[in-house]
Amino acid sequence: MTRTTTLGALALGVVVCLTLGTLVAVAWRAEGAGGFGPADWAAIRFTLWQAALSAALSVALAVPVARALARRRFPGRGILITLLGAPFILPVIVAVLGLLAVFGRAGILSQALIWAGLEPVSIYGWHGVIIAHVFFNLPLATRLILQGWLAIPAERFRLAASLGFAPSDIFRVFERPMLREVVPGALLVIFLICLTSFAVALALGGGPRATTVELAIYQAFRFDFDLGKAALLALVQFAMGAGAALIAFRVAIPGGMGGGLDRAVTRWDGGGWLVVQDVLCIGLAALFLVLPLSMIVARGVPELMSLPGSVIEAAGLSIVVSLSSALLCLSLALPIAALAVRRGSALVEGVGYLTIAASPLVIGTGLFVVVFPIMDPFALALPVTALVNAAMALPFALRALTPALAGIETNFGPLADQLGLAGWARFRRLWLPRLRRPLGFSGGLAAALSMGDLGVITMFADPQTATLPLQMYRLMGAYRMDDAAAAGLLLLSLSLVIFWIFDRGGRVDADA
Amino acid sequence: MLTLEGMRVEMEGFTLDAELSVPTGARVAVLGPSGAGKSTLLGAIAGFQPVAAGRVLWKGAAMPAAPAKRPVSMVFQDNNLFPHLSAFDNVAMGLSPSLRLSEAERVRVGGALQRVGLNGYGDRKPGRLSGGQVARVALARVLLRDRPLLLLDEPFGALGPALKAEMLSLVADLLDETGATLMMVSHEPQDARLIADHVVLVAEGRAHAPVSTGEIFANPPEALRDYLGQA
Repeated sequence: MTRTTTLGALALGVVVCLTLGTLVAVAWRAEGAGGFGPADWAAIRFTLWQAALSAALSVALAVPVARALARRRFPGRGILITLLGAPFILPVIVAVLGLLAVFGRAGILSQALIWAGLEPVSIYGWHGVIIAHVFFNLPLATRLILQGWLAIPAERFRLAASLGFAPSDIFRVFERPMLREVVPGALLVIFLICLTSFAVALALGGGPRATTVELAIYQAFRFDFDLGKAALLALVQFAMGAGAALIAFRVAIPGGMGGGLDRAVTRWDGGGWLVVQDVLCIGLAALFLVLPLSMIVARGVPELMSLPGSVIEAAGLSIVVSLSSALLCLSLALPIAALAVRRGSALVEGVGYLTIAASPLVIGTGLFVVVFPIMDPFALALPVTALVNAAMALPFALRALTPALAGIETNFGPLADQLGLAGWARFRRLWLPRLRRPLGFSGGLAAALSMGDLGVITMFADPQTATLPLQMYRLMGAYRMDDAAAAGLLLLSLSLVIFWIFDRGGRVDADA
Repeated sequence: MLTLEGMRVEMEGFTLDAELSVPTGARVAVLGPSGAGKSTLLGAIAGFQPVAAGRVLWKGAAMPAAPAKRPVSMVFQDNNLFPHLSAFDNVAMGLSPSLRLSEAERVRVGGALQRVGLNGYGDRKPGRLSGGQVARVALARVLLRDRPLLLLDEPFGALGPALKAEMLSLVADLLDETGATLMMVSHEPQDARLIADHVVLVAEGRAHAPVSTGEIFANPPEALRDYLGQA
């Protein structure tokens, strides 16, 4: 299978160039730069402690919510659990706008406080960054921890009921050991996600007390055009990401993407005031998630008909970028998965996961450094965005495709070998039709992530070019909040619809 | 003639040695306790199981490495059909894996389906076929591939006794038409009596040379007696 090897090596080469190659370019450029000023140290400190606090808060709040979801059955439980998966493809800037509508100075919380004769709150600053991170990661943490709860065999709870266990006994015997296994992984995943936080910090943070390293890279780049400083910061960012990723590889990371979470286990414990506690937990969590999004819908719908032309234009660009990114992502993922399966090589797959540790802004800086002497980087804004987005979605695509492909080869490899089904024919007649589901899912994920991404585009875009998230951010910067809400609603719908179309396309008429 | 010349398969905690030949046109049942290496033996002949020592020869020449290039059709225990392809396409794979068929080839595929009694079932995918029909589709493909050596690795194991007898008689008819040599793994001595003129006994890490079916059941060696549960 020389073609598998060639294409796989090519795809791996692209990934290595994008992650390590850009890093080398960055390091080379950083050589002449001076050391860090106090602002840079502040950014490093803030990045670390906000990620730690966001992870701790998300997980601490997720534990009671997951416990309530694990031991209660109620109408709408399945929908709520599905909804917990939604923030993953929710554009960050849309969520930020929704949170502003609830927690901002003009938001409903401040209105209520004013009405009660108290001071309004502001969401701008470090606490806004934390709130937004908890908004995104509380659902993820809940799903991860819920999985742990559902992994406790139902028979144990039956046994506990027959032995007359009190809730505290159940906690001590079953739940505490389970949490001890699941919680470290969940903490690390969220820490890693928050470490590369850019769009949230861009929109809500900033200033000496709420600037992440990613944001500092952007500012060094965009405001001061200090490539050396940007490069130095990029190295720090990569080191932090790689460090966290290395620790994460040693801790078992629970998978939160799987199905089956809407299963409910029959429980005999948890009566009395625990009912009240669970209702409160589930209710508050649902409110925290649903309210900001409802605000976007409420404010955006009336404005939808009068969307500015610039928004429509940006939406068109975003669709093109998102589809290209999905295509690029799959074109990288399939050859890597094929090579990993053919060689049975964990190393190949591991290289594919490199982009977990990389950050979009670092890759962006590196690409800029490389491209700058040759041509106008700003002309490449959209292709670079599509490529970087594809690289960021690659780990998820690999996670879906590699096991599926391994299964296909185990089940049908001998038959295909026997018939001489090889090369292109094997790809077209065996792999493609049997990979439809994971292809649809990961393509949809890549498209939706790219659709909502507000990252590397901010570095490269000139004032005339904008993707929809960037255009929306510009509207917010100009305090045109109603237009921003309408653009946000459009962006939210596009992200969900594009994911749905891909995912659906993989399921329709798919044979078991 | 198929010849296994000092062939040795080594797997973790398991070896299988074979020194035997099977005459062209013979119908051989491969019998023996589970785990003795019956499937491994067929896998080595078909090119799926790497051989640690010795050679696999067909008509005195070593077989090529790639399974598809060997003079062999193999029907597996399961996963004999691609679930996403129609019965017609599954059979057509035997002629052209790329599924680019000439009109004459399409007629041959239709003919093969008809021969195994599946006229009109060509459009169906395996999910809408019964277990017996699935086996028939696999046999139709064997017919089209027209290789001189047919290896059956218990493909009818999941079928009931009556259906299984029907399939074995279909296999016997197809062998009459093509003159192919058969090696069939089975758990059941009854299968051997139905279709095979020779038996290869696989036991205790060794594939024994074929013995005629009548003789081996009249005077079973100890390993076979143990397996059959006879005193």
